[in-house]
Amino acid sequence: MRNLFLFLGRYKYFLTFLFFQGVALWFLFRFNRFHRVRFMGVANEITGRINSQYNQLEDFFSLQKENERLHRFNDSLLNYLPYNFVKADTSVKIFRDSLRYDTVFFSRRYLSRPAAVIYNTTSSSKNYMQINKGALHGIKDNMAVISSDGFVAGLVVNVSPRFSQVMSLIHVQSRVSASIKRTGHFGTVLWDGKDPMRLTLKDIPKDAKVQRGDTVVTSPYSFHYPPGFVIGYVSEIIKDRGSNFYILKIKPAADFFNIQNVHVIENLDRTEQVQLDKETRNKTEKEN
Amino acid sequence: MSDFIRYGLRYLILLLTQVYLLNKIPHLHRFITPYLYYLFILWLPFHMPRQLLIFIGFITGLILDYFTVTPGLHAAACCLIAYVRPFLLDLLLPKEVSEMNYKEPSPTSLNWGPYLFYAMVLTLLHHGYLLFLEWLSFGRFLDFVIKVISTTFISLMMILAVELLFPRKKKVRA
Repeated sequence: MRNLFLFLGRYKYFLTFLFFQGVALWFLFRFNRFHRVRFMGVANEITGRINSQYNQLEDFFSLQKENERLHRFNDSLLNYLPYNFVKADTSVKIFRDSLRYDTVFFSRRYLSRPAAVIYNTTSSSKNYMQINKGALHGIKDNMAVISSDGFVAGLVVNVSPRFSQVMSLIHVQSRVSASIKRTGHFGTVLWDGKDPMRLTLKDIPKDAKVQRGDTVVTSPYSFHYPPGFVIGYVSEIIKDRGSNFYILKIKPAADFFNIQNVHVIENLDRTEQVQLDKETRNKTEKEN
Repeated sequence: MSDFIRYGLRYLILLLTQVYLLNKIPHLHRFITPYLYYLFILWLPFHMPRQLLIFIGFITGLILDYFTVTPGLHAAACCLIAYVRPFLLDLLLPKEVSEMNYKEPSPTSLNWGPYLFYAMVLTLLHHGYLLFLEWLSFGRFLDFVIKVISTTFISLMMILAVELLFPRKKKVRA
């Protein structure tokens, strides 16, 4: 027993070190899964407040640029307003409102909410944005985030009452189902963690006639992202010798270094879609 | 008590610089993220219980972790340099304790040569361990080595600049 105390006394500094090191590593490996950042929810509330103060200051310096962009985007939205369209047959008039179900034709599938980015990193291999809307405003996990230009920016991965954390496109775990607008081929956009100006598009077969400058948009096969939003433009075409697919380098359309206002887009059918997908998998597994 | 406030303010300034300036500036290069916040640990006083030192190191890192959403990453690295620091200072300080009346490590108290050595070793340890932990989950080995070398170099340059621009008053131990 005495020897034990002697041992503890002798190595107490090293043991203290080991203890804190252990705690730190436990945090690191237990909490760092991006979808299980539970304890960061609390931290979000504190750092979120500081971040939003700072952001107000930062906003001031890029107001003009942001205004121009908003103006442009609003302008493009004006083109979608119903008064732009006239139906040839004047006996029928179509309404389109924000209710979930229209009694006649339309049912709403995607719902957009505005939010402001209050913290944003670009220098790590796992980059996150923090936005000033949270569970209280109806934000949930797995909602798509679109920049004010209308370009894809990321995916909500964690929500606290008043803030949420968005996994940016430049995050090594980010996967976006995408398609090439001109040819219609489908693939997956991911990031290799190196250059934030280059994303990678995989799984495009070699018989697709891809050109540099082709637009890459979100595919209609995604549960998270609404279809047709621009992800980026093909900047380099690499032929993978080992497989029948191209490796395409994509220049992202959204400017991750200067991103301030975003739209958070919810797929209202997502729960049902995911449910169906899961049940189908279970069913087929049972039968086999 | 005034010491407590002084160190608190110093930490606040270093932390905010790290989070809102150094983490935000566009890439110099994809390998380089400049780090400066751990200068706080380098500047803690000589005479401090070592357990407290390790604890402060841990907290220092953890607070930064809250901002960068990487729980434990910087805490682990800071913990390591806080543990190693006393060994290094034992090597560099004069043996006669009575000759040593300065309060905290600085170019004047240690002289430039030993001070830069002290900063370099701790910087290398901090970055090496930090990037090693990052590399474990992701990345190539060559990238890891280049990253360690380049970020260490940049950080040392910044420490040098800080020392020259903001010379601390000679604090003598009472």
